Amino acid sequence: MSALDMEHPRYKALPKQPSIQRFFGSAPVSVAIYLIVIGMIVYGSFAGARNMGYNWQWYRIPDYIYTFTDDGFQWGEIAYGLVATLNLSFTAFVFATLLGLLIALLRLSDLIVGNAVALGFLELIRNIPLLVLLYLFYYVLGPVFGFDRYTASILTLGVFHAALISEILRAGINAVAIGQWEAAKSIGMSQGQIYRYIILPQSIRFMLPPMTGEVVHLIKSSAIVSVIAVAELTTVGRNIISDTYMSFEIWFTIAIVYMAVTLTLSVGVTYLERRYAVDH
Amino acid sequence: MTKNAPIIEAASLDKFYGSFHALKDVDLTVHQGEKMVICGPSGSGKSTLIRCFNGLEWHNSGQLVIDSIEVHQNAKEIRALRQEVGMVFQQFNLFPHLTVLENLTIGPVKVRKISKDKAEKTARNYLDRVHIPEQADKYPAQLSGGQQQRVAIARSLCMEPRIMLFDEPTSALDPEMINEVLDVMVELAETGMTMVVVTHEMGFARKVADTMVFMEGGRIVEVSPPEKFFTDPASDRCRLFLNQILEH
Repeated sequence: MSALDMEHPRYKALPKQPSIQRFFGSAPVSVAIYLIVIGMIVYGSFAGARNMGYNWQWYRIPDYIYTFTDDGFQWGEIAYGLVATLNLSFTAFVFATLLGLLIALLRLSDLIVGNAVALGFLELIRNIPLLVLLYLFYYVLGPVFGFDRYTASILTLGVFHAALISEILRAGINAVAIGQWEAAKSIGMSQGQIYRYIILPQSIRFMLPPMTGEVVHLIKSSAIVSVIAVAELTTVGRNIISDTYMSFEIWFTIAIVYMAVTLTLSVGVTYLERRYAVDH
Repeated sequence: MTKNAPIIEAASLDKFYGSFHALKDVDLTVHQGEKMVICGPSGSGKSTLIRCFNGLEWHNSGQLVIDSIEVHQNAKEIRALRQEVGMVFQQFNLFPHLTVLENLTIGPVKVRKISKDKAEKTARNYLDRVHIPEQADKYPAQLSGGQQQRVAIARSLCMEPRIMLFDEPTSALDPEMINEVLDVMVELAETGMTMVVVTHEMGFARKVADTMVFMEGGRIVEVSPPEKFFTDPASDRCRLFLNQILEH
């Protein structure tokens, strides 16, 4: 027997959604509208390109990803660029997380100086554009401390994202109930032990979703180091274009490669979250 | 009961939260092996007082000596003190990411530096004592409230403390689970543990208390043995309070 008698007068109290809203809200119509809009954008750009007399050369693109020559299989420039981007992003991420954790702990501490240092760092970094920060590290601090391009890039990305990551970590740490601190203190744990064994393990699930967003953000913002000619995906794209003038094909390809990486990452982490969403 | 040496001595404690005067000139002595029950209306400072006893709150003035260590905010010995003073909370505060057994061993292993095997043996022993040996490998969320609170008691006992503090240990429990927790506390009392219990469970108080304390508005209004406390309290406010909670 069905639990609810939907014919009963009290269920009629809810006004029906206007039919126009129901029409546009239904799944097939939404998808159709979405496809039409995307189609118009793609068509528009291709039509525009045709009017410019643009000479499409998509057939040349695969060679920049990989080739089969007499010597066998070889990765192309874009593939090497991707590896360089991943390498750069990973190194910067590790640095940013360590620095971010330090900043977060300083802000959460009772030390007045620590608090001031952390807050000063946050405000400084958050209020300087990433590009200007990169110029500072490369053109100003670079000569002073002897950073090469690569080091300057890592430092820029690391420092910039450390500020954002520290806020994620702080929020995650604060999300753990205060009672956990009290229970851990009352069995005599030190501050360090409380963080390590009690608070951080519980904060991870609060941090994972925003941290994924942050990694995606970092991979995308790593493109900015192409302005100081660090060899990575975007720089490779620029170099190929200056040789071949295939700007449309190359920029589409580069965009798709970034998307493929970041989407894989997001989907992967969503899977992890589901898998480790234990009910405790 | 013949009085042993004092283990908690509070003299003219004052505590402020901003401008709110939470503890007003509190004097209290707990002797070794004594069972003290503190009651009073909410906001009377009972929880604040026992939270001072293991350094979760700091008094602003006065003197507090526990187990011959003077407690104040900069005391280096505070961690050593907390190992000797167990605390059971209203909300259990078990570590949700650890199993019951891990909840019990993490203190002894990480703080007291006892070997894991030995700590597990002790932990299983205390799980027996609180009547839930079969729950060792479960996570706290899989247990009922009463079971969680008994695990919390066992967690404190695993540190082999000399004093046990209970901050309204049964207030967050469903009625049918209150007794299983109180039974464990009565058994603990019979072992001679020094206990300071904030509770409104007057049946429990009558059964185990050596001393009853009534607090109101941050002050200690009455300290007396239970025989006198329940039949002939000295203050009117205490009598009124007892009437209110014992009426039905």
